[in-house]
Amino acid sequence: MKLRSILATDCGSTTTKAILIEYIDGEYRLSYRGEAPTTVEAPFEDVTRGVLNATMEIEELSGRKLLEGNNIITPQKDNVGADIYISTSSAGGGLQMMVAGVVKSMTGESAERAALGAGSIVMDVLASNDGRKPHEKITRIRQLRPDMILLSGGIDGGTTKHVVELAEILAAANPQPRLGQNYKLPVIYAGNKKATPDIKQTLGQLTDLDVTENIRPVLEQENLKPSRDKIHDLFMEHVMQQAPGYKKLMSWTDAPIMPTPGAVGALIEMVAQKENISVVGVDIGGATTDIFSVFQKQFNRTVSANLGMSYSICNVLAETTLPNVLRWVPFDIDQKELINRIGNKMIRPTTVPQSLEELVIEQAIAREALRLSFIQHKSFAVNLKGVQKERTISDAFEQSDSGQSLVNMMELDLIIGSGGVLSHAPRREQSAKMLIDSFLPEGITAVAVDSIFMMPQLGVMANIEKENLSEQARIAALEVFEKDCLIRLGTCIAPVGNLEGNTNILSISLEFENSDKKEINLNHGELIRIEAGYEEIKATLTPVKGVDVGAGAGEPINTTIFGGQVGIILDGRGRPLHIDSESSKRISDLKNWSEAFNEYPDLGK
Amino acid sequence: MAHSYTPGLKVLKNTEILKERRLPLKGLVTIGKGEVVAPDSIIAKTDLPGNVQIVNVANQLNIDASDIDAVMVVGAGDKINKDDLIAETKGIFGLFKSSVAAPVHGTIETISSVTGQIVIREAPIPVEIDAYVEGSVHEVIDQEGVVIKSNGAFIQGIFGIGGESRGEIKVLCDDRNSEISVDMINIEHEGMIIVGGSFISIEAYKTALEHKVAGVVIGGFNYYDLEEILGYTLGVAITGSEDLHTSLIVTEGYGKIQMGQQTFDLLKQNSGRLASINGTTQIRAGVIRPEIIIPLDASDDSVGKKDSKESSGMTVGSLVRVIRSPNFGKIGSVKGLPPELRKMESETMVRVAIIDIDGSKFEIPRSNLEVVETD
Repeated sequence: MKLRSILATDCGSTTTKAILIEYIDGEYRLSYRGEAPTTVEAPFEDVTRGVLNATMEIEELSGRKLLEGNNIITPQKDNVGADIYISTSSAGGGLQMMVAGVVKSMTGESAERAALGAGSIVMDVLASNDGRKPHEKITRIRQLRPDMILLSGGIDGGTTKHVVELAEILAAANPQPRLGQNYKLPVIYAGNKKATPDIKQTLGQLTDLDVTENIRPVLEQENLKPSRDKIHDLFMEHVMQQAPGYKKLMSWTDAPIMPTPGAVGALIEMVAQKENISVVGVDIGGATTDIFSVFQKQFNRTVSANLGMSYSICNVLAETTLPNVLRWVPFDIDQKELINRIGNKMIRPTTVPQSLEELVIEQAIAREALRLSFIQHKSFAVNLKGVQKERTISDAFEQSDSGQSLVNMMELDLIIGSGGVLSHAPRREQSAKMLIDSFLPEGITAVAVDSIFMMPQLGVMANIEKENLSEQARIAALEVFEKDCLIRLGTCIAPVGNLEGNTNILSISLEFENSDKKEINLNHGELIRIEAGYEEIKATLTPVKGVDVGAGAGEPINTTIFGGQVGIILDGRGRPLHIDSESSKRISDLKNWSEAFNEYPDLGK
Repeated sequence: MAHSYTPGLKVLKNTEILKERRLPLKGLVTIGKGEVVAPDSIIAKTDLPGNVQIVNVANQLNIDASDIDAVMVVGAGDKINKDDLIAETKGIFGLFKSSVAAPVHGTIETISSVTGQIVIREAPIPVEIDAYVEGSVHEVIDQEGVVIKSNGAFIQGIFGIGGESRGEIKVLCDDRNSEISVDMINIEHEGMIIVGGSFISIEAYKTALEHKVAGVVIGGFNYYDLEEILGYTLGVAITGSEDLHTSLIVTEGYGKIQMGQQTFDLLKQNSGRLASINGTTQIRAGVIRPEIIIPLDASDDSVGKKDSKESSGMTVGSLVRVIRSPNFGKIGSVKGLPPELRKMESETMVRVAIIDIDGSKFEIPRSNLEVVETD
């Protein structure tokens, strides 16, 4: 069967987004999109209502009939309906898990990585050595009421005592699932296989226990996939069955519903692998911010559970403090009134900024949410801890211990931003500047955004396992990702090193496809934007002594870079970025940088 | 007709209210279908499992975990008192014995020969659930709770703190623009639900706490003052478990915002009646808004005549409240719902509604509007 059309939805905590992909003139392209508020809450309390509303919007825009009463028409007949319908979901609070491991920084961390990679929010990591007394752990488990627990611990064949102790603590707590009273809490055991009989005896009656392969069979190796797959299965079998309207939604879809972050991660991993590059992807949502990275071919995901732009916007404010938000705002404002305004966004999470001033403030908060989330990501995306490395004499002076962060900003090739505040920013310049200000890339880094936040839908599309459809769906997902999803904003060139005392820090020669040439000198503290479309541009970058743009201090680089909707961005502000604490100087710097970017041209007019 | 789905807050004069009252764990429902209940009638009870103490006997006695059965002097299921002997080694010729005493009263739940741990469960914690509102039992949920049916006024707030409370409604302000000040609250308001217009200051709220006022219903409150009451910064709007004598229900939002006309009028009309309120708020999926329920007398002719309308979202003619600046807090009526996207001052492209506010027309993003559901 030739796949002609795909209807895909993503049920987010605030909005349900639908896209229609069609096979037109020999290629798969996004043809229409629609969105509607998610309807898990009263008065609707049925997620499918939002799905139907978003689909209805596509119907209105395309003139194509997709719904028959309250049902999606599949497969396509003539020009009616779509061949397949798929969906991701993070509504209903997403998938909330608790994980446990014997040693917090070893099996505990591996379990956390597996749960995060599967797209869940990790509410807590229990470990034998986490410093809490057994009764404190028990109280915590009872309070949290997770959707699922992943228990790991020990290498295969090692000591069983500690992991059984953890199981006994779980049994004593007798945890209840978050949604509903009529089913047992799903628990996945992915630890020392020698302990399996004892674990079954301890937890088998009380919980819905599932055993899978050890997450850390030997110290030097992580085996996350079996646990990740099991989490997805149980998410569908148990958790989704309890959320309002999901039973119906599951009966509509042609592939299992994936947790939104799981789908995004799968797509980013696939892109990094295909292009052989280092990638950082971010999805800033209403309640949480997810960061995905692939460095040295290792995939990591973190979720900052309470850093988001609506439901948890006040938590961003609490964690970063008001002065850190205000340092991005190029005008003076009544601070108390501002706090109330932010509070009102929290209690009315679906509102959008109507005035320019409100937009500037919202984007200032986004910078802080992104910055804090990235700090968390860097400390989590590390080498395996506890691994003994064999060293030769040549390594004797190298201090590369286990547990080092994999995130290396100079090595980073591509940043992809997604989520309402980045994808829906009125100007692409705003998205680019938010990403650069908060992630502070070094050297040469391409910057892109997910045009309309369709990475979740493409991620689930690329993972359809239906026979005779999976290959076509995968091709369709990658085609649409390249052509319609990713908006190339441009390339950021940010020299680092000892910039103090230098006026001119970098000389840049650019040669465009039409042979036009440009010579630019970048000064310390300056931000320059050169308009250039998505085309190959030959670049020669010559930093002054002590300044590095990727090849080492003072070393020039000849390379090819790409422009985009924003262009080539030369960032001479240095790393870390220093923003003056004196108000008038800060406002003047912000205005200069903003003007160079054409970020808010109407501000102050 | 063009329509849009926007969640709204209910302000209903007379409606059928169904309240689910559920135990945290399965237990015993103590009341039958059709029975009449008062707010404080107990409708179900259960025992929560007692706290748990884990004692590592093997470690304390310095023995192998697999030898634990040989040293235990009590078995699984046995009841024990604090300081009772629970395990003892044989010692050498009956001397140099080591022993373990029970740290708490309770029951031995498990003895593990893998870890050498024992689990002692303390006495169960009894929990009772009351009816919360006056009414009758509409449905019994087997072993879990009941659904209470009541007829009366129902108002939802936007945000609240403090859990369930009840008391007589007392409107302190003459109009919806006025604030509740410190001097308006006195000892006579103990156990009452006081209602104001646009704002209550932290000082006035503290006075209400001092006088053991049961609840405050108000248009606006300062977000930054919450920290002083709660003792922490409220990062996400999930509340209800605060230990506060005076529940606070904010109907409009943070700052000074006049209370919605319909809300204020309805509360004023019911001044002197007994109401049940709950400040519990959860602004996440499965949203919970704070509420005010005012059961009406059975002798009242209008009682139960109108059912809660099926919500149909925003349509032309709907009464809506603007929920973001500019025009924040104002109420108007929908004049048009153009389908195409429009550009705002922020350059955001959005679907708008044309709203008439006091005779002037405004284009406002649909997502910045909330339907005011009235009957």
